[in-house]
Order: sequence, then C-alpha cells, then structure tokens
Amino acid sequence: MNRYPLWKNLSILFVLIVGLLYTLPNFFGEVPAVQVSSSRSTVKVDEAVEARVLQTLTAAKITYTGTVRDDSGLRIRFTDDKTQLQAKDLIEKTLNPVPDDTSYVVALNLLSASPSWLSSLGAHPMYLGLDLRGGVHFLLQVDMKGALTKQLDATSSDLRTSLREKKIYNSGVTRDDLTLTIRFSEAAMRDQARIVVHDAHPELTLADRAEGTDLLLVATLAPAEQTRIQEEAVKQNIITLHNRVNELGVAEPVIQQQGPDRIVVQLPGVQDVGKAKDLIGRTATLEVRMVQESADLGGAAPAGSDSFPEIRNGAAFPTYVKKQVVLTGDRFVGATASFDNNHSPAVSIRLDAAGGRIMRQVTRENIKKRMAIILFEKNKGEVISDATIQSEFGSQFEITGQFSTEETNRLAILIRSGALAAPMDIIEERTIGPSLGAENIKKGFDSTLWGFIAIAAFMCIYYRLFGVISTLALAANLLLLVAVLSLLQATLTLPGIAAIALTLGMAIDANVLINERIREELRNGVSPQAAIDTGYSRAIGTIIDSNVTTLIAGGALLAFGSGPVRGFAIVHVLGILTSMFSAILVSRMITNFVYGRRRKLDTLAIGQVWKPGV
Amino acid sequence: MEFFRIHKDIPFMKRALLFNVISLITFMLAVFFLFSRGLHLSVEFTGGTVMEVAYKEAPQLDPIRQALDKGGYTDSLVQNFGTSLDVMIRVPNRAHETSTQVSANVMNLISAASGVKPDLRRTEFVGPQVGKELAEDGSMALLVVICGIMIYLAIRFEWRFAVAAIIANLHDVVIILGFFACFQWEFSLPVLAAVLAVLGYSVNESVVVFDRVRESFRNSRMRSFTVPQILDHAITSTISRTIITHGCTQMMVLSMLFFGGATLHFFALALTIGICFGIYSSVLVASPLVMWLGVSREQFIKPVVKKEEAVV
Repeated sequence: MNRYPLWKNLSILFVLIVGLLYTLPNFFGEVPAVQVSSSRSTVKVDEAVEARVLQTLTAAKITYTGTVRDDSGLRIRFTDDKTQLQAKDLIEKTLNPVPDDTSYVVALNLLSASPSWLSSLGAHPMYLGLDLRGGVHFLLQVDMKGALTKQLDATSSDLRTSLREKKIYNSGVTRDDLTLTIRFSEAAMRDQARIVVHDAHPELTLADRAEGTDLLLVATLAPAEQTRIQEEAVKQNIITLHNRVNELGVAEPVIQQQGPDRIVVQLPGVQDVGKAKDLIGRTATLEVRMVQESADLGGAAPAGSDSFPEIRNGAAFPTYVKKQVVLTGDRFVGATASFDNNHSPAVSIRLDAAGGRIMRQVTRENIKKRMAIILFEKNKGEVISDATIQSEFGSQFEITGQFSTEETNRLAILIRSGALAAPMDIIEERTIGPSLGAENIKKGFDSTLWGFIAIAAFMCIYYRLFGVISTLALAANLLLLVAVLSLLQATLTLPGIAAIALTLGMAIDANVLINERIREELRNGVSPQAAIDTGYSRAIGTIIDSNVTTLIAGGALLAFGSGPVRGFAIVHVLGILTSMFSAILVSRMITNFVYGRRRKLDTLAIGQVWKPGV
Repeated sequence: MEFFRIHKDIPFMKRALLFNVISLITFMLAVFFLFSRGLHLSVEFTGGTVMEVAYKEAPQLDPIRQALDKGGYTDSLVQNFGTSLDVMIRVPNRAHETSTQVSANVMNLISAASGVKPDLRRTEFVGPQVGKELAEDGSMALLVVICGIMIYLAIRFEWRFAVAAIIANLHDVVIILGFFACFQWEFSLPVLAAVLAVLGYSVNESVVVFDRVRESFRNSRMRSFTVPQILDHAITSTISRTIITHGCTQMMVLSMLFFGGATLHFFALALTIGICFGIYSSVLVASPLVMWLGVSREQFIKPVVKKEEAVV
C-alpha cells in the first residue's frame, strides 16, 4: 500500500501553506506612499512628527490608508498617485517651511499593498534589484593605504610633541610609506624614547637600526592594528555616506560594505547620476572655530562673526563664532566616546599632523577661551560642541563636560560623520532607467510563464495523470522558491529570474526520472502499486546524486561570483533544494492520495507502457 | 504515448571511437577559434563604459560611429541592441576622465550626429581593477566546480568515472567558449554563470548513466554481460529519460531565448549549446572513456568478508 503516515502528510501540507503565505505578498502589487525620514543626524522622526503630519493631512482632507513608523522613518500610504503627489507637497511644506533649510527628507515611495496581517507575519514581497526597478549603483573602493598613512601622520605629530615635552633630543620624526623613523645621535636618548613611544603608542612595533652615525628607532604598525584602522575607516566612510545620501531624498538607499575595502551604494529610483556622485564624493563638512566671547547674549551677530544654533534639550541657542576657520573636517582622523581622568564620559579626538600643529598654536594663544565644533549638513551649520580650552594641546585631545555616555556616543558619531576616514574612488557605476526595469520584469516573467506552460503541456500529454502530478509538483517548487526568496529578502535581479526559469527546467528532471522508473517497473511486469513504490525509491538515489553536482556548481558560483552571478547563484541553489522537496515528497503525496488506497489496481494512468515483443 | 520503443540495447560502444573522434574535432575547432579570434569580452571584464540609448526612429549607426571617432573615442563599439531603435554604445576607459564626463560627452556627440537626443536607458561604468578580479574569480569558480565534482564522483563511484565525467564535460565548456569566440558573441557575467550551470547540469547526466552502470554490474541477472554490453544497456535504458529531461529544460531555455529580450539572449544561447553538447558528451563521450580507463565488475562488488574465527 502506498500511504504516507498522517504526520508526514500534515508536515508537507504545513510547508506548502507556509510557502503560500510568504508568496502571497508578491501578488498584491504596490501602492503609492510618501516616506518621511530625517535628513540630519540631530533630528528624529518621532510620534510628534507623525501626529503633525497626519493632522495636516486631515486638515487638508487628503485621505491616507495607513501609516508605518519605524527606525527608518515614517511611511504613509495613499490610494492613488495623485493624492500621493498632493500629500508629498503638503508634507514637504509643513515639515520644511524654509526650502534651503530642510530637516526632513520627504520622498515618494512604493509600499507593498499586502494586508497588514501578512506584514506582521514577516511576509514581504521579494526585494527587487536595481535592474528590475531602475536606479543608480556605485561600487566605491576605499583607499586602505590612505587610511593608514593618515593615521601614521597623526601619530608622528604626537610623537614629536611628546618627545619634545620629555626633553628627549632627536633629529626628527619622519614617515616613509608605512614606517615612522625617529633619528637620534645618542643611544641614551633612544633608550628613553623607546619607553616613551611604547607607553604612548603600544600599537607600534619598535626596532633599532643604525644608519651612518645616526641611531634610528623604526616604528611600524602591527598587522592586527593595521586591520583595525582599516576596518574603522570603512565603517566611518559608510556612516558619512549615509548622512550624505540622506540629502538626496532616496526612499530606500542601500549602503553596504562589500569585501574588506569596498562599499556598495544603491539608490533606487535616482536618475540624476551627476548629483548623486557630487554628494558621494564631497569632502569634509566639519569646522572648528573660536567663539566670539564678547557677543554672547543675543542681539545681531557682531562684525567678523557668524551665528550658528546650538541645540540643547530641544531648544536652539545662537552661538557667535569668528569667521576665521581654525580647522576643517579633513584634518580629523578619529573621534571616539571615552572617559576622562575623572571617569566621566568624554569624546577623544585625533587630528592629523598638520591639524595637530595648528591646534597647538591656537590653543597656546587661547587658553580659557571657548572653541566650537560646527557640523555642516545641507550647507547649514550647527554647533555640536562648545567647550573651554583648559590647556595647550596638539593632535590628540578630549572634549569633556556634563555628558552622558549616550551623548558622547552621539557626539563622536556626529564628528566622524563630517569627515571621510580614507579617500574613495568610484570603480563601478550602473544606471538603469525605470522603464527598462519594468520591461525586464515583464520579459523575465514571460519567459518563465511560457516555459512553464510548454513543460506542463508536454508532461501532461506524455505521462497523463503522472504528468499532471509532476506539473503540480513543479508548481509547488515555484511556490516554495518564491516563498523562500521573499522570506530571505534576497535581492531578485534579472539573472535571478533567469535562474528561476532554468531551475524549473532542470527540476522536472526528478519527476521524469521517477515516471520513467515506474514505467520501466511496469514493463517488467511488476504490479502497479509495487511499481510506484520501487519507482520512487529507486529514483531517489539518482535524483540526489544528480542534484549534488548541480549544487556544487551553484555553490562555487555563490562563493566566487559577484553582482549578477551571485543573484543567479542564490536562486539556483535555493531552487535545487526546494525542487528535491517538491519532486520527491509533494509528488509522492499526491500519487498516494490518488492511488494509495486502491486495493485492486490494474493500470496506472502514466501513458502507454510499451513492452518489447508483445 | 511512448517515444522510445527499443527492442535491444543499442550498441553504442561499437561506435565509441567515432563519437570520440567527432568530439575531438569539435574540441580542436573550438580551441582554434578561442586562440585565433579570442572571446569578445563584455565591459564587465575589460573595463569601460556601456550606454544603452533608445531612439524614436531607427538611427543610422555609421554617423554615430564617425562622430565618436572624431570625438576621440576610438575603439568604440556601436551596435543595435534588441531592436533597431535601441543602440548600445561601448567606449573603453580613458585616463583623466570620470564616468560622468564620458556619458555626458558621448551623449553630446551622438545627439549632434543624428540630430535628435535619444533617451538614455542604461549606463554602466567599470573601472579597470574590477575586470581583472572578475576574470580571476571566474577561473577560481571553474576550478572549484571541477575539483568539487571530481571529488564527489570519486567518492560516490570510482575515480575512473570522475575522470571520464570531467573530461567529457570540460570539453563542453570549451566548445561553448569556442562558439562564443567563433561568432564573436559577447561573453558577459551571466554567460559565465550559464557555462558553470551547464557544467553542473551535464555532469548530472553522466551521473544518471553511471548510476545505471553500477546497478547493472551488481545485478546478478546480468552477470554474463561484458563491460561494453553493460554500458550499452545503461545508456539504452536511460536514453528516454535523457532526451525528455533535456527536451524540457531546452523548452524553458528557448522560452528565455524568445521572450527574455536582449539581456538574456546570450545567456540562453550558451545554455542551448551547453545542453545539446552536454547530452552528447556525457553519454557518448564519458561512457567510452570509462571503458577505456578499465572499469570492471569487480570494482563494484564488495568482496565477501570471510569470518575469521578461531578458538585458542
């Protein structure tokens, strides 16, 4: 008897139902929406903003069908494009009353139209790649050596200062490529220096060398330290890129690290490549200036000074700073949240060599005066730190005050976001028009559909009922594949759609193997029930063997492929896995359902079984 | 309906030499074209800028080519893409010029040449370092696939099967590349993916045959069969499945060729060639190779372990 135990049938049905649930969102299509997100790191989209937006919309009698607010911002759904555009203009006016001074990004977006109970189950439609929805793609190469030299320049300036302070006489600190060399004429000085350098910079590996009459102390960065600096640099560049892309008003930008030294930036829907590139390539937006002390208490800004707001507890206080810029963001090497000598939260800042020199001179002349750090976003400055200079310092200093650790973390991020840690180059760029994207979806869909119909028609004619079962199994495979892709939110590209089609074409192999085996058993005179059983059990070994080789190829593509090849490989590998489930278990379940209970079974509807010599 | 009504096992092995000579000649031709013409690599591998523009009316391509030549973009490639309204322009990388400048310059030049400003549908810029890496990664992937499949087959079957399957299927890969070199079709990343997918796919063809070979060797009723007869039997009894499976896959691939548009064209083409030669080589080349490598029944029948009991 060909029967599956109840638990097996139920498990298969359960998998299929879950598959259906996660495939469903793809059928609902998309509805127009307006997305509000913060364009500046100091502004948050919170309940107050949501209430304000909704109030304005209600007042203007614009109907919305739903709102979603999460970390990425606020999204409001509308019924059609027209209301979406109206609402966007209105929200833009409400949130950003002054056109040049925008705190919020208001962008048009499309949201899945699937009902909210599906979304709450985590069922979302497949994530479409740029070639299917249109947009810009950049691949940026971070200059990793640049990150190291920048750091070493800062260290060499540090060393110069500390050696001078400790009165250790030397004939200069120089950086050559990735090594720092300190020259001495006396061995005693070098011995002292070694201790000083080691204490101040334990990350440096020190070695002695002689060159003519000079005694040298050669310092290099340990490999682990180099890796750390480079990782930090990439992370910081990503943060900076995020801030800049925010200004473009893109609904769902993707900024990701790819490999150790590359960053992918994808901006769906953006067509103006020039503007996007300008923004991404822009340099530092941080300035250090001295505070104009005499004019602290309101009134117009005195001559030779600018006024920038400082936000404290949600209120803006104007701060007057001198027009003369002490330092810009490109002199900043790093900013981290730390603790000062009294164990209260502080922000440690490192400048590069030139920055350190300037800072030393300025601080020496301005002790007990106030210095401000101003962050520029969208050409609009904001004072993020206003602190009194306690003593002379160089390339390394701390900002202390009544900070909480949360505040110091935020401040460190703000300072870092003003500067790129290492230079970047665009090494790959792709633009896809939106019409081309829609066309690609249609073409990919059509190929899969017609291919599926052709295979289904052939199978049904050639294998009759078993062909219908095979087709159902193939449909289950497609269902599960789409469900897994939706569940994983893997990016679907045109090669990915091609992989769906190809995988379906290959997956039918398993059913052909099974059906041929059953026919062969029948030809050898085995009874129908036994033929089904042996057919399946004999074919399984072959199916697994043949899928393993395909999986090896898919796995290699996944490991070494990039871009379109990866998109292809992910779908291909997942498709092979789902096909084993559907071809073996689902088709067997249906076969059992049809034939399993019949005690008297004379023939199977598997098409003509020809016997030689009959 | 049943297509294959075969009375006796077809004596494939008698013609083994012929099949191998045919595939050797095809292989040599492919190698010849690969060396004489080389692959027409896409911009992903060579670096450069590709632009796809759409015109309202079919443009003359020659004025566009001349305009680009005059503008200093020598070695550029201008061709129709899909329809006569769509034009693909490919220009190599030039130092001191950013990708934005290239696309702006080219748009100006071609607008001036044809008098109308076409619609820019897609641009793609690839820096020189990316192309080199892609070529390296591609070779690496190929190597891993070959080693992985050989190890698997050697463990699952026998080293002779592994060697035969890999030789047969690598020659497919070379033949696909040969076609691309001969007709100067564009070899892009999706085509590379197709080639590797075909490698995994047509090896599974050999696996199905080998599975039968092993089963037949172990079958006590076939003890009197010689090795060539066993191979003939295995191929004959799987040929129906082979042709139906590949036919189905080919239907899907043809659907991509017809409906998938220009982007999927070469991808589908590579698969078509791969599937056709895959059937041929994995059945008619791999099996004779196994025979010549000296496969025998003893390799599959585990010797009965004698009980060695002793009482001391």
